[in-house]
Amino acid sequence: MQADWIWGLGGGLLIGLGGAVYLLGNGRIMGASGILGGLLDGSGRNTAAERIAFIAGVIGMPLLIGLLTGGTPNTHVTSNAAVLVLAGLLVGVGTRVANGCTSGHGVCGISRLSLRGIAATAVFMLAGILTLAVLRQLLGVI
Amino acid sequence: MLRIFLALAAGSLFGAGLMLSGMTDTAKVQGFLDIFGNWDPTLAFVMGGALLPMALAWRLTEGRKPAAGGSFPAPPSAELDRRLVLGSVLFGIGWGLVGLCPGPAMASLSYNSWQGALFLAAMACGMIAAPAVSRHLDRGAASA
Repeated sequence: MQADWIWGLGGGLLIGLGGAVYLLGNGRIMGASGILGGLLDGSGRNTAAERIAFIAGVIGMPLLIGLLTGGTPNTHVTSNAAVLVLAGLLVGVGTRVANGCTSGHGVCGISRLSLRGIAATAVFMLAGILTLAVLRQLLGVI
Repeated sequence: MLRIFLALAAGSLFGAGLMLSGMTDTAKVQGFLDIFGNWDPTLAFVMGGALLPMALAWRLTEGRKPAAGGSFPAPPSAELDRRLVLGSVLFGIGWGLVGLCPGPAMASLSYNSWQGALFLAAMACGMIAAPAVSRHLDRGAASA
């Protein structure tokens, strides 16, 4: 669709605005994997309330938009349970070991010109590109 | 109370942005990574759009304190260790496989897909297992 880039840019601005509110308001880096991971492994016990509030917003706002507009977004998530579990495990382990994901290292790190953020983003994008190149273009399995 | 309200506001903006930008559509995410196939550049606009307010926000931290108290994060480390690289490799493979990263995986609960919920559950298990994996990597680094 021709207008996709406008939605991408507008949605991106909202994502960055969320990160700006979290930084300037609470003094924290908006990293989705860190916020959830800290709740799950107990390392974020002292800040559990604000983590839960953030996650409630992440789930609640799309729910609200869906209710108001009467539609669910296009998702195209695979229905292959084995692939979902494998990919979920990789994303969960990887983001916590690397201490960041698309939002933390990508959005918050790159905007700060953090070498770690830039390097992590380059590595996970490259790994994703190679995954698609091999599994979709070469083998045709995803 | 202010901290919780601001966290809810930040999460709501993030969630709205993920949904409107198309980050919750795995076909768009995989389309962006599929540079040798039918490449979809939308994600570059999402990242570009997100970097603008954030870059401004980092500038505004100078000489100030967070609105809800406390202090801003310390200057970033420049150290590139094996945790950062290997963790990012694993994340990138998983991200490419399905097209979901942690934020959209959480947001997927809002549109009632069992696929998103299953991915999120597996991701949670991975996050719980991660400290053990990190320790293993550190041992490997020490003996190397």
